[in-house]
Amino acid sequence: MKEVVVLSGKGGTGKTSLVGCFAALASSKVLADCDVDAADLHLLLRPSVKEKKEFWSGQTALIDEKLCTQCGMCETVCRFNAVKDFVVNALACEGCAFCVHVCPEHCIIMKERMAGHWFVSETRHGPLVHAQLGIAEENSGKLVTVVRNYARILAKRENLPYIIIDGPPGLGCPVISSLSGVNLALLVTEPTLSGIHDLERIIGLCQHFDVPAMVCINKCDINEENSRRIAEQCKAQGIEVAAQIPFDTSVVEALIKGLSVVEYSHNGVARQIGALWETVLNRLEGRA
Amino acid sequence: MRARAGTVSVPVVEPKLRIRRDRPARASGAPSAAQLWLESRMIISVASGKGGTGKTLVATNLALSLKDRFKVQLLDCDVEEPNAHIFLNPQITRSEAVCIPVPVVDEEKCTHCRRCAEACAYKAIAVLKKKVLVFPQLCHGCGACSYLCPDHAISEQGKEIGVVELGQADGVDFVHGRLTIGEAMAPPVIRGVKQHIDPRKVAIIDVSPGTSCPVVEAVRGSDFCLLVTEPTPFGLNDLVLAVEMIRKMSIPCGVVINRAGVGDGKVEEYCSRENIPVLLTIPLDARIAGIYSRGQVLIEGMPEWRRRFLDLFDLIREKHTRVKEKAS
Repeated sequence: MKEVVVLSGKGGTGKTSLVGCFAALASSKVLADCDVDAADLHLLLRPSVKEKKEFWSGQTALIDEKLCTQCGMCETVCRFNAVKDFVVNALACEGCAFCVHVCPEHCIIMKERMAGHWFVSETRHGPLVHAQLGIAEENSGKLVTVVRNYARILAKRENLPYIIIDGPPGLGCPVISSLSGVNLALLVTEPTLSGIHDLERIIGLCQHFDVPAMVCINKCDINEENSRRIAEQCKAQGIEVAAQIPFDTSVVEALIKGLSVVEYSHNGVARQIGALWETVLNRLEGRA
Repeated sequence: MRARAGTVSVPVVEPKLRIRRDRPARASGAPSAAQLWLESRMIISVASGKGGTGKTLVATNLALSLKDRFKVQLLDCDVEEPNAHIFLNPQITRSEAVCIPVPVVDEEKCTHCRRCAEACAYKAIAVLKKKVLVFPQLCHGCGACSYLCPDHAISEQGKEIGVVELGQADGVDFVHGRLTIGEAMAPPVIRGVKQHIDPRKVAIIDVSPGTSCPVVEAVRGSDFCLLVTEPTPFGLNDLVLAVEMIRKMSIPCGVVINRAGVGDGKVEEYCSRENIPVLLTIPLDARIAGIYSRGQVLIEGMPEWRRRFLDLFDLIREKHTRVKEKAS
């Protein structure tokens, strides 16, 4: 079983639109949406949810005001500024329980928190594992791990050779959880200075975790000089540029109909994305 | 007790400093410069559920539009992928390492009583028969283990996870943070950036995409939050999540629609249904995309936009004043 993750560093470069296309193009696979705090892939795949599961993660301190003598010890030790006027701010609490250990009245308890849900769904393109982190919750990295683990179980059980992962933007914990141990990372960038800057950092992250990477330059025609620069920089680092896809409004037109562009159109962009998936597949199979 | 790394100085407008509206104005009738900045200082965060909608475009252009009228700070709290510096080209004058305190065990003093391992909520410390193992990448730096160790065998050592840089950019105070590649925890770096909020200035915070802990950390303490979106199903889906988050935090918000013309009218329908003001609309325009792609500032490439960003600020200030009046 082989896993490919689509990442970008910078948001809004087209990760989900591409994964939606790969979903339509790839034959036997499990899809995993690991952008758990702003998941969008379901808008393209319109899944029917088969199983909905609770994601319990972490704890929050809770002060029993009846027993509290307002000594202020909890507020003194908390390094996350989560206690104010003898009340815990659940959004700031990191769940370390330091306050529980120091409270002389033993009036603070730790409460489990339900930090979101994850789903196993069926789509017109096969099974999808996805999730929704509770609003303003933490531990998105752990939820990503839950999604990926279940995707693997499903792939094994159904004998599906590929897992295609839609990754979150950024570089932090959910990205690290999405990236670790995959066979290939497809990095989607755009020819803007922000895109170039963020691509450099996400390439650094792939190197840090020793994950092979290839690059797709999306909306390549909004600045052709920058596109050339990205291609040169990738070449210098030995990273293959697998596709350069121009800006095309048909991608959004398809999205509004709840379709990926390869299902909606047979235009140039759709054909290029088809070729890109072939390239990814060849790389995964070592036929590059 | 170590200085709290988590301290975020949220400026509170002291009542005695607030200019009372019933006080007679100066002889000229016009408000003094001092009055103006006292009334306008506030923290505005620029967020969005979806990435790549134009947060940095809005944050940097708003900051530059305001700099002639107010003292302005721009704080880039997207520490995973900071981009504001690309547009502002700041002269960096100071750099601070962001460290989280991780435990160091003195094996001489340790009696292997396991108190530290029992206390650690993150399983970052494990006690074997004759050895203590520390896993710094799991540590959140809460300090419980060192405080609770009965043998005083644990001290703390800073582990660098990122950097905060400060400087000047064309009359705007600039601060940004950068998470070290391979580190997972952005919030301490965000707190490091926000420590530099100057309550005498208009502070504009550029936030990372999403709705989870780094976003909450960056937005917390704001007087107003601008949510930048695009009129597509992805933009709408993530805007709804962002609005839920902002409402949970009880921060007033307004929407900026970027790339208007692409997509459909569902974002506007949603905003009017939910009574969320659309404060600025930026069209899908190849010229704007070109200016942005080259790392140029919109209000320099297309100066007519300066007026629109000033209008945006006036709308925010109006809403902010109304909220304050309601509260008092």
